[in-house]
Order: sequence, then C-alpha cells, then structure tokens
Amino acid sequence: MIRITGLSKAFLTPSGRVTALQEINLTIDKGDIFGIIGFSGAGKSTLLRCLNRLEEPDSGTIRIEGNEITRLDKVQLREARKKIGMIFQQFNLFESRTVFGNVAFPLEIAGYPKERIRERVEEILELVELTDKIASYPAQLSGGQKQRVGIARALANKPDVLLSDEATSSLDPKTTWAILNLLQDINSKLGLTIVLITHEMDVLRRICRNAAVLDAGEIVETGPVARLIANPQQKTTRLFLASDGLPAAARAGHDPHGGEESRDAG
Amino acid sequence: MQADLFPLLATGLGETLYMVALATLFAILLGLPLGVALVVTEPGHILSAPRLNRVLGTLVNITRSFPTLILIVLLLPLSRLLVGTTLGSTAAVVPLAIGSAPFLARLIENSLKEVDRGKIEAAQAMGATPAEIIRKVMIPESLASLTLGVTLAIITITGFTATAGAIGAGGLGSLAVRFGYQRYRTDVMVATVVVLVVLVELVQWGGNRIARRINKNRHTFG
Repeated sequence: MIRITGLSKAFLTPSGRVTALQEINLTIDKGDIFGIIGFSGAGKSTLLRCLNRLEEPDSGTIRIEGNEITRLDKVQLREARKKIGMIFQQFNLFESRTVFGNVAFPLEIAGYPKERIRERVEEILELVELTDKIASYPAQLSGGQKQRVGIARALANKPDVLLSDEATSSLDPKTTWAILNLLQDINSKLGLTIVLITHEMDVLRRICRNAAVLDAGEIVETGPVARLIANPQQKTTRLFLASDGLPAAARAGHDPHGGEESRDAG
Repeated sequence: MQADLFPLLATGLGETLYMVALATLFAILLGLPLGVALVVTEPGHILSAPRLNRVLGTLVNITRSFPTLILIVLLLPLSRLLVGTTLGSTAAVVPLAIGSAPFLARLIENSLKEVDRGKIEAAQAMGATPAEIIRKVMIPESLASLTLGVTLAIITITGFTATAGAIGAGGLGSLAVRFGYQRYRTDVMVATVVVLVVLVELVQWGGNRIARRINKNRHTFG
C-alpha cells in the first residue's frame, strides 16, 4: 500500500515560486493499477517522481509498504529504490548496453552473482516476450520493443511497485495497446502495484481500477475509474471525458489551460 | 640530405612517442577525475556541490590561460622534485601532463554532458550510487565521444612536446630546433615536419576508427 499525506512541492524559477503540488493526500492499495490523470502542467509527473524522490517533496509524507520514503537517508533511499521500478516516456535505455545489459543493470547494482543475473534476465525477457532480442542494442529496436526492455529492466529486481511516467505517450495506438496489455498481465501475474500517470482517458479506461484527477497541483477527484466515468463530479474530469475519443488536434482546442504548459514537465 | 638524418629522426621520434605516451597517460589519470568532477558537482547533478564546481572551473581556466611555454617553465621545479632533473624527455612529461590535463578535463566534461539526463535519472531510480552511475552509465554512454576527446588531446600533447623540445625536452621538436634551425639543416627540418604530420594523421585516423567501431555496435540495424 502507498499512502501519501499532505504532500506539497514548489519549484523556484527565475520568475518566482511556482506551486507544483499542494497538500496531496492519496492512498493506493497493494496490487492496484492506479492512474493519475491531468492536463500538461497539472503536476502529475512531479507527483509520481516524488514517490521515489527523484523529486524532493517540500513537505508531507510518503509511505510505501510501511516504509516511510520521505524519512530515508541517501543510503536507505537507494535501497528502497531497488524495490521501486520505474518506466519512462523516453524509455531511457542505456545505448551502450545490449538488451541483456540493460535488464542486468539493476541486478548488478543489487549485487546479484553473474549466474543469477543471466537466469533472471532470461526469465524476465520471456515475460515481456523479447527473448530473441537479448543481444540487440536499443538502437536496433522499435519503440514498443524499447518499452518492453524498459519494463523488463524495471521488473528485474522484483519491485513492490512500478511507476509509469507516461510510458505509452510516445507510442502509436497499436503499440500502446500491447504495452498496456503487458502491464495488466504483469499486474495480475505478479500482484505488483502499478502507479501510472497519463493524459489519455483511454489509458485510464483500459487498465486502471482506481484513479485520481489532478488539476493545478491538487487532486480534484479520486475513486474507481468506473465511477469517475459514469458520474464525474468535477469540471476537469468531465473535460477529460468530453475530449476522450476526439483527435488530438481537436482535443488541444479544448485545453482549459489554453496552451500555457510552462508550469512543469507535466 | 646527410647520412645521419635517419638515426637522428629515429631517436627524435622515439623520444617524442615516449613523451606523448607518458604525458597522455598521466593527463588522463589527472584529467578524467577532474572532468568527471566538473560534471557531477554541477548544481542539481548527482554529487551537486556548486561551490566546489566553481573552484574547479576557475582552476581549470587559470591553468588553461597560461601560454604553453610559460607553463612548462613554471612546472620545471616540479619535474626536478619528481624526476630529479629538468632536462630530457622524462622531465618534460611532468609539465606536459599537468599542462594538458585541464584541457583534457574540459573535453571529458563536454563528452560526459552529452549523456541524456533521463538515463542518469533511470539509474538513480534503480538505486545506483554516484560511483556506479559514473562507471556504468556516464562513461560507457559517452565512450565514442571520450575517445575523440582523448585523440584530440594526444594531438595537442604532440604539439606541446615540440614546444617543450625547444627548451631541452628532446624529441622531434628539439631536433628541429637544434639541427634544422640552429645548424641550417633544411633536410632535418623538412623531415621532422613530415614525420609530425604523419604522426598526427595516424593518431586522428586511429581515434576516428575506434570511435566509429564503438558507435557501430550501437547504431546499426540488423
């Protein structure tokens, strides 16, 4: 279980202090697929990155499986991070390493002996169906394959939680579908908690059980996805539902922030 | 052309290669940690230390703004301390290495900065230590670029050795001054220049080849 209490974060920019997150309270059940949806600049990426402290919160607490992440020192944080997998929109694979080397990375860090590394890498590549690409370099893979490697790398050390930072946003619809299926598969096979952020209602609808809607650094609505869709209480949620299914260009026209995407990376 | 040309060239080339090899080795030993430090101590990087970063940057700039010849002269007392003499090829290695280390550090800094921050963050998210990030991510990811930086440094050091030759370091530079210039031996002068040109070409060709080979593994399809 992940429990976030009173989480706030502001950024100091040349033009002043910008609030990214304000008093976030959130509970995510163990084994859930939890979606955080919001428009660009809503603070969803910041929120996700606070969970493994790639972003340092200003105040508030985060607990993952009873471990108070926000209280850990550097060394303890590194240990905790070994049990929190993360996948990225830009994949962030190491180009100097083969698929094997990429998936082996977290295992090397965790101090696995060589034979165990090979065993585990093969096992996990089988799960993401990339066994035949074990010796390829990332540059030789398609976007979908790269994200599979990203997922394999994130899962190699058997994490309790998987954080997904817009993992399908740079993929085409068909590949997105396949990756979402894979995540769902992993969730049910391994009982792994998945927290994903997205700006696409489709992603939420497809695989999330519960979700939170983030707007201007605050959670405006949270609950089971089915309920959010059937009975949205807030304007932002309704905007997402209204924009769902429209082509991206038409959707941009409905952006309530009118293109002011300067707050943070999204 | 006189009969002693080839023995002279052979000795000169041998000394130059000796100086360049040792000076490069020590320049890397000094410049690599310095270059890495310049990157990782930047504000917001994995070992953020803004004040130290500024001190290192200033130090590098000061060293780099000295004219080569003056730097060599200034560092000769250090040669005496470390090698016991200020004359000869071994003595020249000390100022050559120290003089070119800051330059190499800047080249290394630039190469390491090409590594995408996302990759470094991915490694951080997996619980890697700063040392692991440097060793397993930053250096391997920028290896081709680092190779070209070292290649450029070797060529620059070759030029330094020629300058050092003018004040008693030996090598091809010394040969050109003592024979080509002071004794009007045009054949020595021309031959020295030709050998230096060929040497630089070879180094650049080799460096390019290695860098290409590193990239080839990572970027061809198949």
